[in-house]
Amino acid sequence: MPLEKAQVEHIAHLARLKLSPDELEKLTLEMAVIIDYFEQLQMVDTDGVEPRDQFITAENVFRDDTVRPSLKQGQALGNAPESDGKFFHVPKVIG
Amino acid sequence: MPDYKNLTATQITAMVTSGELSAVDLAEKALDLARTEGKGLNAFISLCEDKALEQARAVDTAIKQAQPVGPLAGVPVALKDNICYTGSLTSCGSHILDGFVPPYDATCAARLVDAGAVIIGKTNMDEFAMGSSNETSYYGPAKNPVGENLVPGGSSGGSAAVVAQRIVPISFGSETGGSVRQPAAFCGVYGLKPTYGSISRYGLVAFGSSLDQIGPLARNAEDLALAYQVTCGRDPNDSTSVAFDHPDYTGEIDTDRKFTIGVPKEYFAEGLDPEVEAAVRDAMAVLEKDGHKVTDISLPLTDKAIAIYYIVACAEASSNLARFDGVRYGLREGRDKELAQMYSETRAAGFGDEVKRRIMLGTYVLSSGYYDAYYLKASKVRELLRREFERTFEEVDLIISPATPTPAFKFGEKLDDPLAMYLSDMYTAPANLAGIPGISTPYGRVGDGRPVGVQFLAGHFNELSLFQIVRILERLA
Repeated sequence: MPLEKAQVEHIAHLARLKLSPDELEKLTLEMAVIIDYFEQLQMVDTDGVEPRDQFITAENVFRDDTVRPSLKQGQALGNAPESDGKFFHVPKVIG
Repeated sequence: MPDYKNLTATQITAMVTSGELSAVDLAEKALDLARTEGKGLNAFISLCEDKALEQARAVDTAIKQAQPVGPLAGVPVALKDNICYTGSLTSCGSHILDGFVPPYDATCAARLVDAGAVIIGKTNMDEFAMGSSNETSYYGPAKNPVGENLVPGGSSGGSAAVVAQRIVPISFGSETGGSVRQPAAFCGVYGLKPTYGSISRYGLVAFGSSLDQIGPLARNAEDLALAYQVTCGRDPNDSTSVAFDHPDYTGEIDTDRKFTIGVPKEYFAEGLDPEVEAAVRDAMAVLEKDGHKVTDISLPLTDKAIAIYYIVACAEASSNLARFDGVRYGLREGRDKELAQMYSETRAAGFGDEVKRRIMLGTYVLSSGYYDAYYLKASKVRELLRREFERTFEEVDLIISPATPTPAFKFGEKLDDPLAMYLSDMYTAPANLAGIPGISTPYGRVGDGRPVGVQFLAGHFNELSLFQIVRILERLA
């Protein structure tokens, strides 16, 4: 199944990645080759197989709901590109 | 000081503990090497000079005051730059984390410091651990000490290079599909990918959460076991870490036990370099002569591992890397634009080509209409692969194979062909998919001097057998 450029553009939008026209061109070709390679899995019979997301432990981990030390506000904001010392600043969302 | 470069971690800690060597002198020596030889190899992204000397002074003081010190007292150690460590930059080899200084320590780093280790620096890596050659690092690739036109492997290329160059006796890397074992093989050092859940991932910047595992690198089996011993074990901060009653790895590393070792025919198929194959077959013959049983086995799903791996790893990466959006840390571009544009421009400027490719692939395989065909299907085949290993380890103690299909390749050789690069993980990725431990041990060299890595795989939490077999091979070689 050939991959359409429009599809790749849609995926880029979902991934919040701005692609240059060159990148879009290149990725369309590269992704098509790799996705084609993925197709070989269709040949494996997986009827009745349940996937698992935990390979070692499948038990829930409980702990008491007690207050523990956590990051101070200044530490949490310390790496922010923009903050006012109280909040992370982002561009205005509502007009 | 005795020749620092020839000292093992086990020797260093004994000499520091007895007062024969000063931790500060050792730290200064390691930092000096890092600034000179390390710089030549581009192996470090940053050094932790002040903090390292502070830690070393604390070790020396404790010894002078006859206080107990840990099992890595005074040992200089390096950490891959995706392991959070307070007071130093943690870049993940990416532009998008410019200036990021973690506000907390990874559990692995904290355990090392508690054990008396002295963390001297953060090593170069493929961006977000995505790569097999170190060439995707924003900081330029680390070089292989074996030859400067050779890649050190990846993604933990810097961690392998600093151990091979003997700047530190122990380093830590991380694996998602072979990122410790493959560079260990390329640089001629020992590398362990532990059982999933055995070393806490708290503070390891996430790539593929169901696959990621921190692992040590060293110059010999005993140091590798020591590094693992200190860092493994349950951590309340990582709910996937397992409470397992670990044996005394260094104490039990010498054994008279004779192992049954399986040779999977699929790991010796097309694409394997004949000189690498010859070295691995030589290791098999040496072990057989020593009384171990070497027997043919089959793991039919092996050739599906790379397809499963890239679907699962990219899917998980696309989700994990969503957090890099220019809000809480690192780079921000498009400051005067709308929020969504700020996100996409920050990510466009901050991520390199390989990371973008994997985010795109991951987003694609998880997107509406494709999830069942790719991610769900891959998860099911992954479960079959896990069962295949489970059945195999009912019959054999260990599996032997090459760690990589070829020795270290040259810079630029595979950079333009993503699929060829991905296939260099074909012998390592199955262990990550199944969650089992694997080790790469240097064994011989090909004609032009490039090292060969022999890989052993074992069942879950059977790291002891891995240390024992590489110790046996180390003695016989």
